[in-house]
Amino acid sequence: MGATGGLTLVFGLPLAAALFFFALSAYERRMGLTTGLGFFQRNGLAVGLYLVLAVGFWVFFVIVLPQFSMVDMSFRPKLSPAQMGGPKDVFTLENYRYFLFGSTTSTSSWNWIHLKAFALTIGVSIAITLFNLALCYPIAFHMAQSAGAARLRILLLLLIIPYWVNEILRAFAFRVLLSSGGIVNKLLLGSGLIAEPIDFLGADIGLYMGLSYAYLLMMVFPLYSAIESLDKNQIEAARDLGAPWWHIHLFVVMPHAKPGIASGCTLVFMLCAGALAAPLVLAGPRTLWFTPIVYDRFYQAFNWPQGAAYAFILLITCVVFVLVVLKMFRLSLGEITR
Amino acid sequence: MAAAVELDGVNVTFGDFVAVRDANLTIEAGEFFSFLGPSGCGKTTLLRTISGFIEPTRGQVRIGGADMKGIGPNKRPTALIFQNLALFPMMTVAENIGYGLRVRGVPRHERDEKVKNLLIQVALSEHGHKKVSELSGGQKQRVAIARALAVEPKVLLLDEPLSALDLKLRQHMRAELRAIQKRVGITFIYITHDQGEALTMSDRIAVMNAGVIEQVGDGRAVYAEPRTPFVAAFVGQNNQIRGRITAVENGLATLDTPLGLLSGRNPVGLKTGEEALLFIRPEALALDGNGAGNGAGAQVGFEGEALDVAYEGSVTHVTLRVRTGQKITATIGGGMLPSSGETLRIGFRPQDGLLLARPASH
Repeated sequence: MGATGGLTLVFGLPLAAALFFFALSAYERRMGLTTGLGFFQRNGLAVGLYLVLAVGFWVFFVIVLPQFSMVDMSFRPKLSPAQMGGPKDVFTLENYRYFLFGSTTSTSSWNWIHLKAFALTIGVSIAITLFNLALCYPIAFHMAQSAGAARLRILLLLLIIPYWVNEILRAFAFRVLLSSGGIVNKLLLGSGLIAEPIDFLGADIGLYMGLSYAYLLMMVFPLYSAIESLDKNQIEAARDLGAPWWHIHLFVVMPHAKPGIASGCTLVFMLCAGALAAPLVLAGPRTLWFTPIVYDRFYQAFNWPQGAAYAFILLITCVVFVLVVLKMFRLSLGEITR
Repeated sequence: MAAAVELDGVNVTFGDFVAVRDANLTIEAGEFFSFLGPSGCGKTTLLRTISGFIEPTRGQVRIGGADMKGIGPNKRPTALIFQNLALFPMMTVAENIGYGLRVRGVPRHERDEKVKNLLIQVALSEHGHKKVSELSGGQKQRVAIARALAVEPKVLLLDEPLSALDLKLRQHMRAELRAIQKRVGITFIYITHDQGEALTMSDRIAVMNAGVIEQVGDGRAVYAEPRTPFVAAFVGQNNQIRGRITAVENGLATLDTPLGLLSGRNPVGLKTGEEALLFIRPEALALDGNGAGNGAGAQVGFEGEALDVAYEGSVTHVTLRVRTGQKITATIGGGMLPSSGETLRIGFRPQDGLLLARPASH
């Protein structure tokens, strides 16, 4: 594929798509399939043009193009710059094969180290998502339905202000807190509850705490806004009809808050699985998380195509997992944005 | 048989604000009882106290003879129909109606049977599988009623459930509610600010103002025999004239007003020298030259200038301005049609005037 051909494809395809949709809308308008003001009639030519160009630029250059180049890269072998575009630059599944089976010279049949790290990442992310949901639901419910205006303000501040501290610093704070000589161990030793300091970091408790805490807000706010929109009378009506509190939560509040629960869980799960800082700082010496492996592919092994393949595997797995779970709970993707 | 609901010295205060003051009331089993009052008069607070969402600050609520202190709304033999109905939007109509049975652990087949019967009762048997959002306003209303009736409450509490409906449907639902109450035979306690609703549906009405139950009686009593100026002014239209009592005789009394000496009935036993208000219904006023009916008996009166004449066919509403600048409304029969600007003599029979003590704040 020549350079001109590539450029034509890169710019021509979106342009062709845009022209096609423009023509389609013009056709529908002519045939009377759509009524009301058109996009440009509503916004004016200048603003309309700005919106189209700005959003188009953003979507294309910031989202689509880099992602596509990563996907493209993941299917190519590791080459020196001089060899790129040369005869060795062909499409290959080598990088994906490596994830499953390891190096061609390795003796074991599967690439257990990476596969285990991958499974651990997904499994722990699910666990942390569920833990955060359990932790945040009561907080969000209290904020949305029972707290007064003053209490709500204080709670919001208490939730938000710690996030002014950056993520790395927060992760290191957990290290300080949970290390063998840290405050938590000192308190436990001092109170006589334990005789030996507990290795919180080695047991990955630090990692779990760090990850849960890092994405707490991502769970609280969608839940809060979903529960907040529930009519208080529905809770009272259920109570009046004789429902115990757990029944009200399970069958009245949660079904109403389902989109919020889904969007909170999606956010926390995605961010957890893709987290880098907390695993780097807080993971125990025996724990291998998947994102640091991806990071190492890029910057330790200098194997960008393989890093791209690994990142792509993680992305696809997360997206598929989220879609399957949404399907299970009979939610459409559109609903979680409400 | 114990009374359905008894209020014994019930007080509800929120901080310094007294929402309900010294409510004493007995509502009989099987009665259609209404609380009538303007918004903010404490009627909804009282209803929520009966249903258990609010504990009285002082006093006792008894339902079926049993003290309800410390018993939550989910344990009381009452069911509440909310102003906005509060149906569960994520459930079907049948699931909504069956909710109370489900939380009580009623077995599925028994529940289904009961829901089916209730759907027939409220004429919604075709709509059981539908989502609540697919129903019309009146249908939603009936779902709310069926949902509340499903738990077989001793007392059904209704918090202005008709206020969201349009006029025609509202009038239809009045009759329907009354019919349902007659059929199921349980006590209905109805909250409304609409006197038309209260008068047409209720066996008895409690008129409330500023947290106080001012008068309890049947529709005729609160309309024709009000005992406080608030009830006289709030229930139906009324003209009121201020003055001081100058003479008392034979159940009548004479009031010295800026419009001259006027007399009326004196049911509360006002004494000479007391400040009082004279209430006369618009339909009790006769205008001079109006030969129809009540004109003949008119013994007391004053003059006024007709400002506005609204001809309605069977009756005509005339707004007049009297010497003091006050406006008086008269509703007269079709016999005579005064013209605007005309000065007329306004008369009424003393037995149609009602004298009540003037509250200090008036």
